[in-house]
Amino acid sequence: MHPATRANTGLRILCPNGHLGFAPSRQGSFDNGLLASPDIIACDSGSCDIGPVPLGMDGTASPLAWQRHDVEMMLLGARPKGLPVIIGSAGDTGTNSRVDRFVELVKDIAREHKLPRFNLGYFYSEVSIDDVRARMAAGKTIEGLSGRPDLTLSELDATDRIVAVAGVHPYIELMNRGADVIIGGRSSDCAIFAAPAIRQGYPEALAYYFGKVMECASFCAEPYGGKESILGEITMEDVRVTAMLPEQRCTVASVAGHAMYERANPYYEHFLGGHIDMRDCVYEQVDERTTRVTGPRYVAAEQLKVKLEGSGKVGERYVGLVGIRDPYTISRVDDVIGWARNMVRDRFGTEGYDLSYNVYGRDGVMGALEPLRNRPGHELCVVVQAVAPTREKAEEVCMMGTRQMFYARLPDVKGTAGGVAFLLDEVMPATPAYRWTLNHTMPVDDPLEPFRLHIIEAGV
Amino acid sequence: MMTTTVPLSSLAKTIRSKNAGVDHITFDVIFPDRASYEHVRRSGALSREAVCRILGINAERLTDHVEFDPAFAIKFTIARTAPSGSLGDGDLFGSQHYAPLLGVEVSGPESDNGRN
Repeated sequence: MHPATRANTGLRILCPNGHLGFAPSRQGSFDNGLLASPDIIACDSGSCDIGPVPLGMDGTASPLAWQRHDVEMMLLGARPKGLPVIIGSAGDTGTNSRVDRFVELVKDIAREHKLPRFNLGYFYSEVSIDDVRARMAAGKTIEGLSGRPDLTLSELDATDRIVAVAGVHPYIELMNRGADVIIGGRSSDCAIFAAPAIRQGYPEALAYYFGKVMECASFCAEPYGGKESILGEITMEDVRVTAMLPEQRCTVASVAGHAMYERANPYYEHFLGGHIDMRDCVYEQVDERTTRVTGPRYVAAEQLKVKLEGSGKVGERYVGLVGIRDPYTISRVDDVIGWARNMVRDRFGTEGYDLSYNVYGRDGVMGALEPLRNRPGHELCVVVQAVAPTREKAEEVCMMGTRQMFYARLPDVKGTAGGVAFLLDEVMPATPAYRWTLNHTMPVDDPLEPFRLHIIEAGV
Repeated sequence: MMTTTVPLSSLAKTIRSKNAGVDHITFDVIFPDRASYEHVRRSGALSREAVCRILGINAERLTDHVEFDPAFAIKFTIARTAPSGSLGDGDLFGSQHYAPLLGVEVSGPESDNGRN
């Protein structure tokens, strides 16, 4: 039975992608989803998984063309039917410039396709370093998450950019002000879907669970296949999710399994304003492609704390690539690296730069956690990264750290014409290196406090 | 009675790892049915102690260890020594750290005879 033929008793949201723009959404299952009479089309566009570089340099991890593709697909699917569109954590990081970029995309697409006039709401979620500094000066503690210490002034000074992670509140407020399309700054993934459900009076526990299960789109379905649409429906009693790709199903196993995804613990999901407790969730298969969930509990926070994500620049970065094939050299790769490190130390001393080596074929991926470190492959690739305050120094350190591997003096090596192989006789400029400086929470009096809301008109 | 062992990869449906925020990597081992889930759970092959041994980490780095009945899954989470994307981090998404779990030897179902 096509889901469109079910009685439409609840609020239905169609979600095309777990990270808008990161890889293009697939049109076929989205079109199937449009036939299933959704009430809203919503999608998350951000993640911490992309590392600290995009946030730190206020950049992006995805091509503009892919972001445009997904935004266009959603708008053209929704607006002719008058359906609202909600996009959270715009442009991978949700910084102000990414929100602006998505607002421009929406305006351009609406103009180009002559979409009838609609209200475009958006909000910013960057928090200034000075704002956080003032709060710390006023005695507020910026509490560390995941075992991190509380924020210190020196760590704040090392930070370039901070975003606050919104809950449902700015979304609900913008909808109350008449927004038909919303572009959100950094947000909890689940808030994007929970907001319209809570606004329409559905129980908070189910609404947040709804968001939790919807936010990665087809990752909650099987067999594995990303970037496909799913349709979720919330009622006063339950949440139902249905795969929109004919080959996929939302099963008890795939939906329950998804509760665990990317979370340290499968039973709790935290957001601004509280958390849900999923220990007593019950999962039931209701038709071949739909699973029903009941039983999550909502626990309101005693004190409002907004999560802050911050990134700080470490330095400019160059990358070198080295290949090794001689089995004797492979067995002594640490000596080769040690030789090159010594050459760098002789020239630059021990301070003022960072030099790292990833030995692919031995432990390049897992580092110290690699159990087979003592069984390297028959050829190795060593990736050399150098970070320094200036590009010139980073390039020189990287060149020294790479090229000197060629000259490493091993006692019994037979091949004395060159100790390693080069893919390129150069080192390559990379993005500057950044690190996650903040994974913290900040107390707030009002859940809208860190966010600045705007509404404009778009379309013709 | 002879005890046979089988690799975890032949019993589990999914064995995966992924970032859980910027400071943790979480591992999900999901079984196709209750029988295989219960079997591995009881075998101790993925107990807290076993997981620490397999990954070569101290018990303090294992921040969560959950036997998750609704999904027939054993899930555990470790703290990173440096946040994701720090210089030299070879697995930004934490998505290849599951590999050492694939070959973990689990006592074969035969050795369960008589335990019921």
